[in-house]
Amino acid sequence: MSANAQRVVGAAHVNSSRSRAVRALLGNRVTILGLVIVVAALLLALVGPFLNPFDPNDVNPLGRLQGPSAKHWLGTDQFGRDILSRIISGAAVSLGVSVSAVAAAMVLGVSLGTLAGYFGGLIDDILMRIVDIVMAFPYIVLAIALAAALGPSTSNVVLIIAIIRLPMFARVSRGAVLAIRENDFVSAARALGSPQWRVILRHILPNSLTSIVVVAALSIAAAINTEAAISFLGLGISPPQASWGNMLADAQNYILTVPSLGIAPGVVISVTVLGFQLFGDGLRDLLDPRLRAR
Amino acid sequence: MVIRFLVRRLAYLVPVLLGITFFAFLLLHLAPGDPVFLILGDEYGNVELREQVRRDLGLDEPFWLQYARWLGRLAVGDMGESLFSGQPVLESVLGRLPVTLLLAGLTLIIAVAIGIGAGVLSGTNRDNWIDNGVRVIATVGVAVPVFWLGIMLILVFALYLGWLPASGGPARHGMRALILPAIALSASFTALLTRIVRSEVLEALQKDYIRTARAKGLHPLVVYFGHALKNALIPVITVIGTQLGILLSGAVLTEYVFSLPGLGSLLIDSIYRRDFPLIQGALLIIGMSFVLVNLLVDTLYAVVDPRVRYA
Repeated sequence: MSANAQRVVGAAHVNSSRSRAVRALLGNRVTILGLVIVVAALLLALVGPFLNPFDPNDVNPLGRLQGPSAKHWLGTDQFGRDILSRIISGAAVSLGVSVSAVAAAMVLGVSLGTLAGYFGGLIDDILMRIVDIVMAFPYIVLAIALAAALGPSTSNVVLIIAIIRLPMFARVSRGAVLAIRENDFVSAARALGSPQWRVILRHILPNSLTSIVVVAALSIAAAINTEAAISFLGLGISPPQASWGNMLADAQNYILTVPSLGIAPGVVISVTVLGFQLFGDGLRDLLDPRLRAR
Repeated sequence: MVIRFLVRRLAYLVPVLLGITFFAFLLLHLAPGDPVFLILGDEYGNVELREQVRRDLGLDEPFWLQYARWLGRLAVGDMGESLFSGQPVLESVLGRLPVTLLLAGLTLIIAVAIGIGAGVLSGTNRDNWIDNGVRVIATVGVAVPVFWLGIMLILVFALYLGWLPASGGPARHGMRALILPAIALSASFTALLTRIVRSEVLEALQKDYIRTARAKGLHPLVVYFGHALKNALIPVITVIGTQLGILLSGAVLTEYVFSLPGLGSLLIDSIYRRDFPLIQGALLIIGMSFVLVNLLVDTLYAVVDPRVRYA
């Protein structure tokens, strides 16, 4: 009996809003454009290696710094490597790094934020002060400082971006929990004798999930940008492995000879970031009815 | 009331500033590589000398004692010396500050001017082609990485057209050196401000006092800029405050792309050279100025909007 009552209280709340959300989401053309870009970028990262016209690391001393041609659609770089192939292989790296970093930040940040918001008290105070301190640093300065301390490597880039993104998840999920905690369905679950872990997992988390998904989408956009920036500075993904950011570092010296070397990676970064932002913004407008009216 | 607000904010500042110093210290303590090696170079093999230098620098002491001593020196403005040039860190860092401040100031002016203009234009032309055009540009503007925009501006305006310098600071080219960097840096900030101003203007336009102002027969421009914009400005101040980190982050990358001798390029150069005292100094000054400017914005906010003071 009590289990049934709980299921009704929790499930009814989640289901109706979810189907409405999906319908409204697909009704917005800009959000769909974002979703299409996101899916295309993820597909490129997943199946890209099978599409590559050339080996992205194949050096060809006789074909250096060529402009776009029928053979090399975007030309070749200073080692004669095919730029298009390097962009495709960079997609897996840039997106792989960004998505896994954001996933790590989300799991840890949401856990900490939810616990802090639910239990409050001293833990909450300490955690939020640490969040303030981390957020007190401009994000790229923090990334550069961490990169300098840890050294350049792919796993360190993931770690750095996860550290930068974590506070936002903690803050947002804490806020969501504070708002949800006082709702009647939470009190009802508690009154029915649910243990605390069950209240958190079954009633609090599912309802704060929506705002977390928005933060995740926008975080991936920011993460792609951050990865590009630190690799551009030579502190992230190191050559010969192509990433969109370190391709731009090479491009600076040869941009007059082969403009596509500098233009192409930047366009790809911009479009991908734009896709995640449009999708995230669309989701947020949808979840915040006050914004939808505008 | 503003004074009480200020005192509370200042008290809150102490743990944050301490946290920043601890972070800067810890970070470079964790860094791989032995700073003694950087000082001694080829003589590193001499074990006796190595231990001597380690003792002189206090590197053999426990972590907390090292941190306390470092903090004590910091309190009197002693940030140590550059491992590379031997110059006092404080001097080098402060010497780089003007270029960064000029760049940030110019960027803010551009962003606020264009952001407010475009935002009002967009908001008062809701859903026609002007509004849609502004919105598309503003949406794309937020997504474009600042360093890539910088490279593209160099390609077009410095290399192809030859109108403006591609690199070098005001010492070489005067204020012309800052035009392209400021445009690159202001892009995402302008775009963001445009979006905020637009939505605030849209909201303000639905208020009763706007209808009253229109009914009185006031000129539309007076209604838009005098009434709607004025009330839309409070969130704009907040956005400027919350986006300062992004502005400073962008400044680091912009200075690097355009080889401007600012604080950001100092940070990056000293990382390449593993010049630890200089990295720490740059980090501290950037972190602290960021926190202080935030405080300034918060105070401004409290002065403008009485509701904040009591929150």
